[in-house]
Parts: sequence; structure tokens; C-alpha cells
Amino acid sequence: MSDYGVITEFILGKYHYWICIALMVVGFYAMIAKENLLKKIIGMNIFQTAVFLFYISISKVHGGTAPITWEHAVIYDNPLPHVLILTAIVVSVSVTAVALALVIEIYRTYDTIEENEILELNRVEEEKNLELAGR
Amino acid sequence: MIAHFPILVIVVLLVAAAIVPLVGRINRTASWLTACAGCLASFLMAVSILSTVLDSGRISYWLGNWAPPFGIEYAYDPLNAFVLVLVSFVAFMVAVYARDSLEKELDPHRITPFYAVYMLFVAGLMGMVATADLFNLYVFLEITSIAGYVLIAVGRKRESLMASFTYLVMGTIAATFVLLGIGYLYMVTGTLNMADLARLLPDLYHSKVVLTAFAFFTVGLTIKIALFPLHNWLPNAYAFAPSVTSTIMAATATKVGAYALIRVMFTVFQPEFEITVVHVTQVLLFLATIAILAGSILAVAQTDIKKMLAYSSIGQIGYIVLGVALMNHLGMIGSIMHILNHALMKGGLFLVVGAIVYRHGFTHIQDFVGLGRKMPFTMAAFTIGALSMIGVPLTVGFVSKWYLALASLDAGMWYFVPVLLISSLITAVYFWRVIDNIYFKKTEKEEPATGIQEAPIGMLVPTFVLALLCIVFGIFASFPISVAEQAATLLLMR
Repeated sequence: MSDYGVITEFILGKYHYWICIALMVVGFYAMIAKENLLKKIIGMNIFQTAVFLFYISISKVHGGTAPITWEHAVIYDNPLPHVLILTAIVVSVSVTAVALALVIEIYRTYDTIEENEILELNRVEEEKNLELAGR
Repeated sequence: MIAHFPILVIVVLLVAAAIVPLVGRINRTASWLTACAGCLASFLMAVSILSTVLDSGRISYWLGNWAPPFGIEYAYDPLNAFVLVLVSFVAFMVAVYARDSLEKELDPHRITPFYAVYMLFVAGLMGMVATADLFNLYVFLEITSIAGYVLIAVGRKRESLMASFTYLVMGTIAATFVLLGIGYLYMVTGTLNMADLARLLPDLYHSKVVLTAFAFFTVGLTIKIALFPLHNWLPNAYAFAPSVTSTIMAATATKVGAYALIRVMFTVFQPEFEITVVHVTQVLLFLATIAILAGSILAVAQTDIKKMLAYSSIGQIGYIVLGVALMNHLGMIGSIMHILNHALMKGGLFLVVGAIVYRHGFTHIQDFVGLGRKMPFTMAAFTIGALSMIGVPLTVGFVSKWYLALASLDAGMWYFVPVLLISSLITAVYFWRVIDNIYFKKTEKEEPATGIQEAPIGMLVPTFVLALLCIVFGIFASFPISVAEQAATLLLMR
């Protein structure tokens, strides 16, 4: 019985970590395995959001209330991770903006946003250049 | 005023970044002048900080006068004051150089914004060096990364877009890993200040959380410095970016990453942690050896000079990590010297490539035939840089390789000495190929004698300053070595 208790505690008691890990791995997979650049960006956002959720979840104090001055409050949650993540969200939004701008520009020049097609186009061009240089 | 130099050294760059687009409405020269002035001011302040640190020890600056560990602290010791001077100096030189190079390599409407982003990039690097707060480190890391993606993507070649995107994905993974590592450390200690972490962590060394945090930091930062198996983003990013971007990134960005790695390994975590708990040094030594050899070998195979220099950078990163991972005094001196050397040598070499692109527009090594007669001064600078990369005595390259070899013997790992020698020989091979083309090969068809087509003076001067410093610090190496020695003592003796 006690073994089951330990395992249940491991899975259910730390469920917020499991959610973060699952989201992180999903995002990571999308960043690496997807050919479509937009899907890569979406994966990147999920990946970063997982880390944000991780920060937010560790800031919870048992029995604590929101970190706002309140007469009935005894314990407050830790507000510092919230503030840090506010900064990290701004960073993440900026990275996404730059990434989307790049994707627009890539679409304009290559007429596709599939990574394998773009790399193929690059390879063809490089071979052409090498031939030109060889002559 | 002087009391506030520790923060002004960064703020002046941020302010310049805001002013540059405004004065850019007058004309492009005005924005160039502003960028140069910002970098020069920052460099002078960095020199003042370094001299203060060498005279009177560590400077601790409290932002908004909030005492650490609650407030953000900027702390300067010989190590980061030294890197600060180096970064701001190279940034100033490249900014001076940028004017002619950008006119040639960028569309006119992109030049003024380029300067603004360039200032942000440098500000981020300086911030990473200056800060003593882990979260602040992450924020500055992202500032330079985002600016870096933009600086790469503005290149005229269309491959630059994809190179930038790959770097963006890798860079974001790296930065998010660092963020996660910071989160773990905050979880167990409740602090973000480096000195405070150094005080609290030793009791927690066997905690799994601390181990995980260390793993995330190491992987994240090794992506950022492009240590061998994680180097994929680097060659394309350097090769397709405008010359100015390649130079500033090769000379400073990876060096600052290496500095951050040293800081995390030796200040946030103590040397005992790496020796007794995680044994990360063996892994790093292994990777550094592969990086040194693979970087050099891959460089031989390249036909494009920018790619060749990029792969050679991957090898050079190996040297820096090797010295760090040897975990002894001499190795640390070797590493810090190599940070200086590589910034000067690679900076100089990339500036030469920029000058070639400016005059002739090619980067293929086989087109270089006869350049020795057309651009004698630029090629002289290239030769000095190449000799220094090989590690010929009387150049800076020799000094750091000498220290790294001594450190390997000192650590009882003699087998790194042949690695250093072999890699130096391969370096000689790939640079000889270029020098052979430049000076000795005869052109097949008789070209009309075109005479000297030298790069403009605004590009020659920065190139020569960096090349000459390679020799100056090679002969009078005592000053940087004494600084490196102080830094090494501070990092290793606790």
C-alpha cells in the first residue's frame, strides 16, 4: 500500500511540474521536428510558456493569498517570480515579433516557409555559384 | 559622476541607441557619429572602471541604492572589468569601421536602424559582463540575442534570413534553459544575487535541484558560445551576415558567453562543486578537444573565407573552454588571455574580409589571387592576424597557447599538448592556403596592371589597430597577463 502512496504522491502531489514538463517537451519537439517555420515559432512559445508556468507555480505559498495588501491576509504568495516572469514575457513577445518578421521576409524571398524547401533552394543556388566559380 | 560609471557605461549605449534613429533623420553620417561617440564614451568609462578595480579592488554598485541581495548589484572585479574594456574597445573600432562597410553592404534605408540595433547589441553584451544578478544576466542575454538576430538578418544575401532564424531558434532554447536554471536556483535559495548564491549554495551541493540547475546553465551557455556539438547555428550566421555583424559577433558575442560560463562555474558555483560533485570538467575537456580538432579540420574544407573563419572560431572556443575545464591557475590565465586574443585576431581578420568585400565583392578564397599587390596594407593586416591565429611567437596567439600547454602539463594531462600542436598545424594549413593565393599564385590570364586598390582609410585604421595590438600584446604581454592572473586567483582561490 505504502508504495502506491509514494507513487500517487509523486504523480499527483507534484502535478504542476508534470504539466510544465509535458508542455516543455511538446514545445521542444515542435521546435526541432516541425518543418513549417510558423509551427516552430508556436513550439517556441509553448516551450517558453512552460517555463513561465513553472516560475508561477513555485511562487505559490501554502495557504497564501495574492500578494496584495489585505486585512484578512496572513501569508502572501511570493510576488518576486511573478515580476520576473513579467519581464520574461516581454522578452518572449519581442523574440516572437522578430521571428514573425523574419518569417514574413523569408516568405517574400523564398515563396515558402517550409524549412526543407528553403534549404533545398539554398543548396541549388550554392551549387550554381560553385559551377560559376569553377568556370 | 565617476561613482556612477558602473551603470553609465551601459546606459550611455542605451541612450545612444535611442538617439541614433532621431539624428538619422538629419543624415546617415550623424547617426554614425552618434554611434561612435556612444561606443567611445563607453570605452573610456570602462577603462576608468578597470583602473579603479586594479587600484582599489572590487567595485559594487547598487542600482537605485537598493542593497543587495534584494536590489540589483553591478559588481566589477579584474575579470569582468577586463572583458568590459575589451568588448567596448572592439565595439568602438567596429563602429568606426562600419561607416564605409555598411554603405557598400546594406540598403541605404537600413543603415540608420542598423546603428541603433548595433548599440543595443553592444549594450546587452556590456550588461551581461557588468551584472552580478542572475536574472539581469538573462535579460541582457536576450537583449543581445534579439539584436543579434536582426543584425544577421539585414544581410543582402537571402541565406542570411534562414541563418538568422536558425540562430533565433537555438538562441531561444539556450536562453530559456538559462532561465530555467535560474528558476531552479531561486527555488532552493530564494536569491538571485551571485555573491549571495555563492554563499548559500555550498550547503546544497548534493541537492538534485542544484545539479539540474547547473546542467541547464551549462547546456544553455554552451549553445550560446557554440561549443562543438551545439555549433550548428554559427557558420551560416557568420558567413551570410554583413561584415560588420560577423566581426562584432565573432569578436565579442561568443567571448561574453564564455565569460558568463566562467562566472557561473566559478563564482555562482565554486570550483569544489565541479571537482567533487558533478565532474563536468571531464565532459567539457572532451568536448573542447573535439571542438579544437573538428573546428580546425572543418575550416580546411571551406572555400569561402567567412565560413573558414567561422569554423576556426569554433576551434578557438575549444581553446577557451579547455583552459577553463583544466581547473588550474595557468589554464584560467590561458583562457582569459585567449578571450582577449581571439577578440583581437578574429576581429582583425573579419575586418580584413570586410575590406575585401568592400573593394572587390567576393569572399571565395580562390578569387584572392593577386590581392597582395592590389591591397598591400590590408593583406599585411591579414598576415599578422593569420600568424597570430597559428600561434607564432611574438604574437598574442602564442601567449595563450603557451599558457594552455603549461596548464595541461601542470594538470598532468600531457595529451592536450599534442592536440594544441596538431590544431596549430592545421591552422597553419588553412591560413597558408589563403596566403598562398594572396601573395604567391600567379594569375592565369594577364590582367591589366590596376595598381593599388586599397580600402578607404576609415576601414584601414581600425583593421590595423586590431592587427597591431596582436603584436603589441604578443611582445608586451605582461599587462594583460597580470590582470588575468589576478582574475584567475580570484576565481580559483576561495
